[in-house]
Amino acid sequence: MNKKLGEYLIEKGLFITAIFSIIIILLIFAFVFREGLPIFQDFGVLNFIFGMEWAPSDGQFGVFTMIIGSLCITLLALIMAVPLSLLCAIFMAEIAPSGMRKILKPVIETLAGIPSVVYGFFGLIVMVPLIRVQFGGTGFSMLSASIILTVMILPTIISVSEDAMRSIPHEYKEASLALGATQWQTIKNVIFPASVPGIITAIILGMGRAIGETLAVIMVAGNVTQIPQSIMDPVRALTSNIALEMGYATGLHYNALFGTAVVLFIMIMVLLVIANYYHYKKKVVIGGGYL
Amino acid sequence: MDSKLKIGIIIIIIIIGAYQIFKPGVQYDRIEIAGSTSVQPVAEKLAEKYMEKHPNVKINVQGGGSGMGIRTTKQGIVNIGTISKSLKPAEKDELQEYVIGNDGIVIAVNTQNNISGLNDQQLKDIFSGKITNWKEVGGYDSKIHVVIRESGSGTLSSFESLVMNKTKIRSDAIVQGSTEGVKQTVKQDPYAIGFVSLSHMSSDVKILEINEITPSETTISDGSYSLKVPFEFLTMGDAQGVTKLFIEWVLGPEGQAIMRSENIVPAIGNVSDDA
Repeated sequence: MNKKLGEYLIEKGLFITAIFSIIIILLIFAFVFREGLPIFQDFGVLNFIFGMEWAPSDGQFGVFTMIIGSLCITLLALIMAVPLSLLCAIFMAEIAPSGMRKILKPVIETLAGIPSVVYGFFGLIVMVPLIRVQFGGTGFSMLSASIILTVMILPTIISVSEDAMRSIPHEYKEASLALGATQWQTIKNVIFPASVPGIITAIILGMGRAIGETLAVIMVAGNVTQIPQSIMDPVRALTSNIALEMGYATGLHYNALFGTAVVLFIMIMVLLVIANYYHYKKKVVIGGGYL
Repeated sequence: MDSKLKIGIIIIIIIIGAYQIFKPGVQYDRIEIAGSTSVQPVAEKLAEKYMEKHPNVKINVQGGGSGMGIRTTKQGIVNIGTISKSLKPAEKDELQEYVIGNDGIVIAVNTQNNISGLNDQQLKDIFSGKITNWKEVGGYDSKIHVVIRESGSGTLSSFESLVMNKTKIRSDAIVQGSTEGVKQTVKQDPYAIGFVSLSHMSSDVKILEINEITPSETTISDGSYSLKVPFEFLTMGDAQGVTKLFIEWVLGPEGQAIMRSENIVPAIGNVSDDA
């Protein structure tokens, strides 16, 4: 009897911890949506999302420039980070001798532990002047923000995709080598395709961090509400908009910032759904099991 | 089950013990202050000195911006709200204003810039985007990089009402989230121009004369320097009890001496209502 009760409690306890994060997400979403609702009612959903002008003092709350800003910064950061980190992961998983790997791994993990304000300050003091001197303009630009974000998301993508590559069953590699494939052919045709779902997960995690990063982006992106014409133009991200103005906002402006959060929320969900779709589509089914 | 019970009892004892250790032993009179980030440093200094003299009073100073100062005072969350602008009639309600000092807005450029001063009109044209090259105001032939603060910032709204006079600031101006951010940008970029408050001024950037007047305590208190910013305390209705004593102390000689040491120009008398 007592044993049964214990089983029951543990089972339910685990269930509660499992749905805890779901409850939290729902609570946050409900709260953010409730606070943001007035802006969608008063200003109009389409006006809010596709409005080009953000001027709270004039009652203009259009976040389209920031949606573009967030997407561009994230995309550019991924374009730079993905090849770099995948090559690094391949090196670490397949090529590096174990001594080197023992040094590389903790170093890369340290990179993930640096607080974002430090990255931002580094960007402000080093990157921004460098870009201003090299390319002209003010130096506050999409490029500066993306470079900082690239460094920030490297460790995430590297470690997750490296784990994916290392978890490929040994038989695959051995079979490939036994068939006479070279090491590079094995990596290219066996290891890499088999670990694609894991790599996609890694990229999703990196993308999530990039799109959600606030402080570092505020410090180097210039925060101008305009559609960037080139990667040298300053931009404002959705997260920066919330963080910059939250302390001051009253009334409809306050609701507009929560509206910004709703837009961000929906954007991240859409991106996650797309990424998850590819994650499952690319799943390799061999020998009766998933990889 | 027995060990679970034991663990439960131990946890409860720890919680009670922690509460006993951390619970406040003496009852303090509390004053909560929140609002303008420009006023925050000086308010902290005032609070610190006041608490030294009155150990039974606890003053907690927070930032958040002038808007938050107004909002939280109206909602009764704080005893004193701080703002770095004059209240608009629409915001006034039952709020009582106490001018505790005056600050100035300083126009800062890089130390390599050869311009030494601008007039009102030039300043307005630079920030509105009508003048885009330094040579139009007698400087080097280079684009002007305008740096401003985020919307809602006390410094920005003071700057807008003092300089821009309903003209819009150019939309492609770089936005920085803090005074330090503006200073850092101006310090690094030889072609940047930005504004910071006089009390936050440091020697790593160059201060411009406005209408041939250098910002200083004298030129701000006699009104000849045009970019003057009032620092105000707000209370809901008339201040009462400890809050009243604190405000009186701030407006008294001791408080005003501290203001002066923080580079804030002391207020002359208690101007509670500017009609």
